[in-house]
Amino acid sequence: MIVFLIKGLLRDRSRSLFPVITVTIGVMLTVFLHAWLKGEMGDIARSNANFTTGHVRIMSRAYAENKSQIPNDLALLGVEDLLGQLRLQYPDLQWVKRIRFGGLLDVPDSRGETSTQGPAIGLAIDLLSEESSEVQTLNIEASLVRGQLPSMSGEVLVSDEFAEKLKLQPGGTLTLIGSTMHGSMAMQNFVMAGTVKFGINAMDRGAFLADITDIQQTLDMDDGAGEILGYFQDGIYHDSLSLKIEEDFNRQYTHSGDEYAPVMFALRNQDGLGEYLDLANYISFIAASIFVGAMSIVLWNVGLIGSLRRYGEMGLRLAIGEDKRHVYGSVIIESLIIGIIGSVFGTLLGLAVAYYFQVHGLDIGSMVKNSSMMMSNIIRAEITPVTFIIGFIPGILSTLLGAALAGLGIYKRSTAQLFKELET
Amino acid sequence: MDDSAIIEIRGLCKRFPIGNKQFTALSEVNLTIEKGEFCGLIGPSGSGKTTLLNIIGSLDVPTEGSAIVLGQSILQLTHFQASQLRNKSLGFIFQTYNLLPVYTVYENVEFPLLLLKTPAAKRRKMVLAALEAVDLADKAKSKPAQLSGGESQRVAIARAMVKDPAIVLADEPTANLDAKNSHRILQTMVKLNRDLNTTFIFASHDEKVIGYLRRQISLDDGKVVSDLKIDTPLHSAALAAKDTRMSK
Ligand SMILES: Nc1ncnc2c1ncn2[C@@H]1O[C@H](COP(=O)(O)OP(=O)(O)OP(=O)(O)O)[C@@H](O)[C@H]1O
Ligand SMILES: [Mg+2]
Repeated sequence: MIVFLIKGLLRDRSRSLFPVITVTIGVMLTVFLHAWLKGEMGDIARSNANFTTGHVRIMSRAYAENKSQIPNDLALLGVEDLLGQLRLQYPDLQWVKRIRFGGLLDVPDSRGETSTQGPAIGLAIDLLSEESSEVQTLNIEASLVRGQLPSMSGEVLVSDEFAEKLKLQPGGTLTLIGSTMHGSMAMQNFVMAGTVKFGINAMDRGAFLADITDIQQTLDMDDGAGEILGYFQDGIYHDSLSLKIEEDFNRQYTHSGDEYAPVMFALRNQDGLGEYLDLANYISFIAASIFVGAMSIVLWNVGLIGSLRRYGEMGLRLAIGEDKRHVYGSVIIESLIIGIIGSVFGTLLGLAVAYYFQVHGLDIGSMVKNSSMMMSNIIRAEITPVTFIIGFIPGILSTLLGAALAGLGIYKRSTAQLFKELET
Repeated sequence: MDDSAIIEIRGLCKRFPIGNKQFTALSEVNLTIEKGEFCGLIGPSGSGKTTLLNIIGSLDVPTEGSAIVLGQSILQLTHFQASQLRNKSLGFIFQTYNLLPVYTVYENVEFPLLLLKTPAAKRRKMVLAALEAVDLADKAKSKPAQLSGGESQRVAIARAMVKDPAIVLADEPTANLDAKNSHRILQTMVKLNRDLNTTFIFASHDEKVIGYLRRQISLDDGKVVSDLKIDTPLHSAALAAKDTRMSK
């Protein structure tokens, strides 16, 4: 019987080809849209997490209040103790300390006099220790353009664009001029081991990456750090879990009046990222819903037209002795077959397009040239396990819904009525 | 009840709602049809022939009275039981042949057997035999669109006959056929009636059909107005046999 139905489906193009093509196109769009949103939204969240916010971020209360000014005079102290405590208390996260700082990079000529100069966006991370995850978190190895990674104290990385402006070659010397935690002037010579390009305009204009131990010395921040970031071990931001951790951590300090007491922020509660995450979810949800709705209407109509044309056939099948439920069931099965085939093709095509944009990406660098947003210049689609199945929801649901509604006509009409329509 | 009666209709009325009024299509119909009859409901257009045939075929239900077909009361059948009755025991032939256009002749005839879940080997034998009986074995692989009207109606007959039903119901089977083809399919049916003792009930006002009937049940305005037994129909089976030979 099923063979019989499939034969009919294959031979009647208006019953198979057209609906399958409709489903395929729709599913393809859904799959691609999903991968694209995932890629774009994910990238923004990830870039922010990696460079700025962590999955959770701890600062001193005072620092947090003025964090846009990077007030290192208000930085956390006793950081090693705090880190030890955090690692014990929240082993699900990887904890790292960072110092952000501003300063002037000064490149001397052979006589020791300034040849070029420029303002730097400084980031001090654990670059050197064996167990450090930072090189991986910031994807430094892949971002290296010239030279190599720092391998010893006193070596730093500079963004490629910035290094070029400073006319600095790998191996060259530069001087960081900044201010210590206590407000006095700091000056320290470094060797540029290599240059990097993150593909994020906000970083590539003037990044200066140094080992945190060096910077603690330079800025006189012994056992101090501007921020402590926590990252989930699996590299994925878990929204509700991070909020729970945030609440749990901050509870310990609610009664402290110390303005230097540490305070934790989940990614959601920083820089408007919460709204952003919600928006991302809404957009995906709404896009998917609109799509399911629109597709259902289209396919319902396709189904209706098909079924109207087929009321004669239905009547005949009923006359020959097929049960109503069986006829209805076969309409549903047909729609399922169409839905599945269309979804499979659509998913494959959608994945193909998404894959192309995952590999090649779309360069929007010129559009975000002056943006300080943590956002990659190249937007890439991102294929996740969900990408493989998301298309099946609208694909199958809409065909099923369409057929179910159209097929109701079979039930509404009496057998004799269908039969009459067969005669006309 | 007579043992050989396969259809018993008593006091049957059928009314259709039209707006807020009732239209009476059949009133007080009493009818007994026995196994092996070759009979027809005749009468002018609108007299209720199709309505009565549909009730006998369990496609519709009486408003009043009873219709008992093969021992089952049409009024009391569930949808499922009605479909079972049609599936196992009734064959339909329509004015417009109603073949499924995407399937071949063979597949069209095979369809009722698929519903009956007949095993494949047996199915094949039965389909070929039915096509043989209507002289269409060579068109098994054709699509309905490639057939003439007469051939299409013969496929429909094969489809109705393939499961060897107790009763075949034929509503205006010749309305779309020319004289030659009408005679041909009627002769085929006479022959099947004689060979298999299948009961045939027609609904028609076509003189050619009436000429083959051995019982003429006349309807007018929803009532049976006469019921005639014809011992020697105008077109006898012998003539039919000769005609078939001639037309070859
Ligand atoms: N579903 C329906 N609703 C309302 N009236 C109906 C319905 N079916 C049939 N009728 C009416 O019942 C009467 C008998 O119809 P029926 O189809 O049985 O006639 P018939 O004898 O088969 O005519 P014909 O020779 O034209 O086929 C007609 O007047 C018709 O209009
Ligand atoms: Mg009629």
